[in-house]
Amino acid sequence: MRQIAIYGKGGIGKSTTTQNTVAGLASLGKKVMIVGCDPKADSTRLILHAKAQSTVMDLVRELGTVEDLELEDVLKVGYGDVKCVESGGPEPGVGCAGRGVITAINFLEENGAYTPDLDFVFYDVLGDVVCGGFAMPIREGKAEEIYIVCSGEMMAMYAANNIAKGILKYASSGKVRLAGLICNARKTDKEFELVSALADKLSTQMIHFVPRDNQVQRAEMRRMTVIEYSPEHPQAQEYRELARKIAENKMLVVPTPLTMDELEELLMEFGVMEADDETIIGVAEAAAK
Amino acid sequence: MSADTAVKYVSEITEEDEKRVAEWINTEEYKEKNFAREALVINPAHTCQPLGAELVAHSFEGCLPFVHGSQGCASYYRSTLNRHFREPAPAVSDAMTEDGAVFGGQNNLHEALENAYALYKPKMMAIFTSCMPEIIGDDLTAFIKNAKNKGIVPKDFPLPFANTPSFNGSHIHGYDAMLLAILQYLTEGKQVEERCTGKLNLIPGFDCNTGNYREYKRILEAFGIPYTMLADISDVFDSPLDGTYRIYPGGTKLEEAADSINGKATMTLGSYATPKTFSWIKDNYSGKHVSMPTPFGIEKTDAFVMKLAELFGKPVPESIKQERGRAVDAMTDSHQYIHNKKFAVYGDPDYLLGYVSFLLEMGARPYHILCSRGSKKLSKDIQALLDSSPYGKDGKIYINKDLWHLRSLVMTDPVDAIIGDTHGKFIAHDAKIPLFRFGFPIFDRVNLHRSPLIGYQGVINMVTTICNKFIDITDETCDDRHFEMMR
Repeated sequence: MRQIAIYGKGGIGKSTTTQNTVAGLASLGKKVMIVGCDPKADSTRLILHAKAQSTVMDLVRELGTVEDLELEDVLKVGYGDVKCVESGGPEPGVGCAGRGVITAINFLEENGAYTPDLDFVFYDVLGDVVCGGFAMPIREGKAEEIYIVCSGEMMAMYAANNIAKGILKYASSGKVRLAGLICNARKTDKEFELVSALADKLSTQMIHFVPRDNQVQRAEMRRMTVIEYSPEHPQAQEYRELARKIAENKMLVVPTPLTMDELEELLMEFGVMEADDETIIGVAEAAAK
Repeated sequence: MSADTAVKYVSEITEEDEKRVAEWINTEEYKEKNFAREALVINPAHTCQPLGAELVAHSFEGCLPFVHGSQGCASYYRSTLNRHFREPAPAVSDAMTEDGAVFGGQNNLHEALENAYALYKPKMMAIFTSCMPEIIGDDLTAFIKNAKNKGIVPKDFPLPFANTPSFNGSHIHGYDAMLLAILQYLTEGKQVEERCTGKLNLIPGFDCNTGNYREYKRILEAFGIPYTMLADISDVFDSPLDGTYRIYPGGTKLEEAADSINGKATMTLGSYATPKTFSWIKDNYSGKHVSMPTPFGIEKTDAFVMKLAELFGKPVPESIKQERGRAVDAMTDSHQYIHNKKFAVYGDPDYLLGYVSFLLEMGARPYHILCSRGSKKLSKDIQALLDSSPYGKDGKIYINKDLWHLRSLVMTDPVDAIIGDTHGKFIAHDAKIPLFRFGFPIFDRVNLHRSPLIGYQGVINMVTTICNKFIDITDETCDDRHFEMMR
């Protein structure tokens, strides 16, 4: 069983990419489980055709305890026999979402959700690794393979580099490795080259360049993956290609994250960012005149 | 080890190994390694904020201490107080568990408030927190407001609360925070222009010696000074056994505490004990505000007594003057048994200042002085005391060190005795020197919390305990021809 965690900036398309890739793996005959690790709980809707799956923490809230919870209450099976679980969590602004992830994953482990017939487990994790709870999927004995979803946008690249720093911390004490960047294209300038260059600097690969296509949105409106909605569409082929590359990927590295200066240099090199003009820093509009 | 025992050691430790290590930890070499230690605390001489908060919550009449947090934490505070006083310490917790940690503890708090209010009929519940709700950022202001809006407890039911994260500060900070919250709650809107209760508000701070509270009261009564003790644990944790269990046996009356804002004067004892409360009182209470050292020893008791005389324009009562004379006599009669003896002392900042002051007055040498939660300011205050006497010249101060450090100090640079609490007994045992249990907690001796340490009577008690112990040692260890009738 290979356990894989998907990280990346918020809104970059982690859940969409994960579900389409998983659907791709399923179509290749692989047995997969998705564990959504985000209180928003939107990691499995395309596989289950559901608005929102009832989450582990929803049921814990109802029952008041984890002890009375049964695995079948939270584990649903969707397209391609993909098993789906959502950790869920508290309402925004109260409690501790990170602890919710820990509770949910512990529950899954103790109740035998990780069956030996599974080929892959995918963790779809909240955008920012804000605390230890959201690093739970990459603790010892869990996901050892991490893919970062990014694009050629500046903030997505910053986030990718930051996540690489996090991975480095875990890699030095355990088996966690960076397995590649997935470019979810936003049609920015020189996007392919830029993300490839960043991957290079991080000592990893851009495992696949997923072009932007509105077919993804059309499928999403039907709460489906492209693979299921229109298996013959070229976009479905892209996801199957990504799935194949992940299944065959052997390039697992300890990342070499960039310093802020190096990253900005890279961005400048590709014209995403302009060099700082020191004369304008901290000068208000009125004062500049 | 025999082959058929159930438990197998991972690695066998020979008797020689054991002996070698036992000797090695007493050496200078080990001491250096011990003091280079950074990541680990071994046997600290302080406990956590909520325990202090619970003590002050117990000390108000009809007040039920309420722990917002997990059950095990609540048991720890209760059982610590319970073992020290050998009295019950009734308190409730809202028993936050895994789901509380994820969703926040509002439901727990509400359900527990409803139950505790119905079952234990308190006049007030003082709410304080354990680590877990502090880590996840539970908003007690909102939770409590919601409880009242939902009608879980009546709108006018007093529910003061304090945030008391265990991982920050120590029991004395929790005491200060909870006392401040209770006083702020009770005195709100109670200040009356031109009104003066004529009373002294006395704030002794975290103190688990019920005898001390009775002693303060006795001194004030001798003066004829009316007072409000903020707050009084003496009847709560030293209640008479008459066959009837009372859940709230005594404590400072809530009306009296509310009226304390109109006091003639407010005095806090110990500058480290209740600084937040004191600073708020200075801005809000009527009358005069003074902060005095905890009255350990003659000099500090003199200052306390003179300040009372000054604040209330009363002469020092004859009975107190005589008591002072008797204390000085007791010191004089016994000074030869303590003179030049070296002491290791540890404990809370204000108690430490008290021990040092008392020892210097007796011509004894405070030698290793250790506080496991202190500051540079405390170090300076202790140093100033040491500098005031030739007996303080070789005293060394160790701030934010623990009892395992103290052990190294005592084993490499020996002293004659230790003053502290029960936790020091292992050092005393290994060093074969006496431990005087003046601090908190005391788990292994009885009734010591009834014997006051403050005031002139406290001086007599301490000097009697210490000197007689040294005389006992002489009797027990001398050879027969030096075994004298007279000592």
